Amino acid sequence: MSEKTYKPGNYPDLPPPPGTVGVYGWIRQNLFSSISNSLLTIISVVLLYYLINGIIGWFFLDAVFDAESKIACRKINDGACWAVITRRVGQFVYGFYPEAERWRIDITFLTMFIAFAPLLYPDIPKRKWLLYFSLFYPFFAFVLIMGGYFGLQKIEYSLFGGFMLTVILGVCGIVCSLPLGILLALGRQSNLTVVRTLSVCFIEFMRGVPLITLLFVASSMLNYFLPPGTNFSILVRVIIMFTFFSAAYIAEVIRGGIQAIPKGQYEAADALGMNYWQKTRFITLPQALKISIPGIVNTFIGLYKDTTLVVVIGLLDPLGIGRAALADTKWNGLSTETYLFVALFFFVSCFAMSRYSLWLENKLNTDKK
Amino acid sequence: MTFFSNIWRNEKSREIIVQIIVLFFLGWFISWLVMNVNANFKALGKDISFEFLFIPAGYDINQYLIDYNNRDSHLRAGIVGLLNTGLVAFFGIILATVLGIALGIIRLSKNWLASKIAYWYVEFTRNVPILLHILLWHGIIINTLPHPRKAISLGEVTFLSNRGFYIPKPLTESGIELVYLFLVIAIIFSILFAKYCKRKQDLTGIQYPVFWINFSVIFFLPLIAFFLSGMPISLEIPALKGFNFRGGMHMSPELAALTFALGIYTAAFIAEIVRAGILAIDKGQREAAESIGLKPSKVMNLVILPQARRVIIPPLTSQYLNLTKNSSLAIAIGYMDLVATLGGISLNQTGREMETMLIVMLIYLSVSLSISALMNWYNSKVKLIGR
Repeated sequence: MSEKTYKPGNYPDLPPPPGTVGVYGWIRQNLFSSISNSLLTIISVVLLYYLINGIIGWFFLDAVFDAESKIACRKINDGACWAVITRRVGQFVYGFYPEAERWRIDITFLTMFIAFAPLLYPDIPKRKWLLYFSLFYPFFAFVLIMGGYFGLQKIEYSLFGGFMLTVILGVCGIVCSLPLGILLALGRQSNLTVVRTLSVCFIEFMRGVPLITLLFVASSMLNYFLPPGTNFSILVRVIIMFTFFSAAYIAEVIRGGIQAIPKGQYEAADALGMNYWQKTRFITLPQALKISIPGIVNTFIGLYKDTTLVVVIGLLDPLGIGRAALADTKWNGLSTETYLFVALFFFVSCFAMSRYSLWLENKLNTDKK
Repeated sequence: MTFFSNIWRNEKSREIIVQIIVLFFLGWFISWLVMNVNANFKALGKDISFEFLFIPAGYDINQYLIDYNNRDSHLRAGIVGLLNTGLVAFFGIILATVLGIALGIIRLSKNWLASKIAYWYVEFTRNVPILLHILLWHGIIINTLPHPRKAISLGEVTFLSNRGFYIPKPLTESGIELVYLFLVIAIIFSILFAKYCKRKQDLTGIQYPVFWINFSVIFFLPLIAFFLSGMPISLEIPALKGFNFRGGMHMSPELAALTFALGIYTAAFIAEIVRAGILAIDKGQREAAESIGLKPSKVMNLVILPQARRVIIPPLTSQYLNLTKNSSLAIAIGYMDLVATLGGISLNQTGREMETMLIVMLIYLSVSLSISALMNWYNSKVKLIGR
């Protein structure tokens, strides 16, 4: 085609063909590579335009951030009425925890990050000292939140609510369900028939029924199974149920991890003369847990989201506070604002958890470096 | 002492001893529970009996698939609730599957913008609790949609209002039997035709446009019968009478909210499953298919999808199961499903917590166990025979 002839020798590189590099090339390759692709792009742009337009207008530009009531809101502007949130933000965060004592919750949650840091980030400096603090933290948090010791005022469980309750339920459930889940997974893989059958029954039962029925059991029936006269807090009963429920799911995730370990690993461990617990501690669990991190974190996220179900048995988590606010005639009908606000809270925390799991997965991935 | 330490050091006998100890503790624990229940029931003057199932329920259910009124028994109320669970699960599964597969494929498309939109849809949806989805949709329908008098009308036949959705109801007249007959014939024909084409393709490699032929047979044959028998189907269009609509089919705000919420939430998970399933297929498979000259649609239909199906279907079923179990949250917005009827109002009226919860749990348990048994069977059937 080309008339030009080249003598042997070195020549500078030719520029790439037009339309394949730079911004223009990127747009052409990624958005307009074919007719159907271009159509999809145009539909997406139109969709996005209406979405962003509507969202910005309703959320910010036309929104009212403070007013006496819904009617007062509507008089000012016709966008979202965030006053239902701003007027009750204390309740959304702390529930009915006494206002004078709320600093205790603040301190507990700020120190929670310090306590979790050495567990979540293995490379942190002074990890050993921080780990001692993590060990000591549950008692510290319990005393600070509940009160009753060291001259702190005792606070009733029934006053707990809002995001604080979500975090308490979520963290307790997560921390307790991982060890139980590991035990159940080992039980399911055990050689002992009795232990295996028991684990299978427990896991299949917990996975087979909806969580809400378990919560009903916790709230209305658990007392029948305990010696007459026993009565312990609904909060503890609910945490136990959450732990059982998510331990069953974690057990299944870890079982997947255990089954993915090559058989040669066990044979090598047997050849070294390790006993069962040594094998579990040094061979099985380190590998199985590493493989199952994404699944475990997904289960944790599920548990954290499921804490909202406690509203059905009458605890005042953010949804309960929201519903109470909506039952007030002043704010009647502002459900979209209330629920979107709570949804934002859950989105931020769950998204952060899933990002952390991605980071950890990449960090522990020793195969492809 | 050596005798006992020998027994302990022998693996077989040690296993037996450990199991006996576990069994002993289990028996002790169960008898402890039973004793407690007995003592508690004696103190409260209660007993365990299922006779309450046959006394009149005495409460109304606003949505029922089989005839029901408040003089019917608790058992029948429970069945109505179970059918309502099935109804919402059915609608939810259809919505979730269609939306989820579409999103999963868009997420993999080469179009950067569309794939990003699908990604953020998935992230926003699945990181928000399902209960919140349900309440949000219920709130939107109840608070944002207009009164029936100012209902949003879609072509003057379907109406959206805060009392629910009203859609036309097909009414059958005499002569409809011919349409049904032709439909059955068309379906039988298309099954046989598909089998014939499959065999022909296996033998000779010739491909027929099976889908289009079958589609037009199933669609047009009943249509011809419909006109031949003098149009025996008419639509009952909902009409505004007084404060509300009359006629047509009514979808209550609760059912609509639950369907949307469950469908949209589960679709996000299904999208990820579909994406992971397609990505799990080895790159070489696609390259090989392309190198022997198959066009993109054939690569997808003949090479990628049959292999991806094996990866996709088991987690997909477990999502369907999750959707069904999540539908029990209906109680939060007052949709009368199994948990709300038998485990809710019946429980409160009769005070028989133990019996009602037992029945509700057993029903859910048997559904999930039978589905997972089915899945195990499917898995063993499609499993690749490994080395």
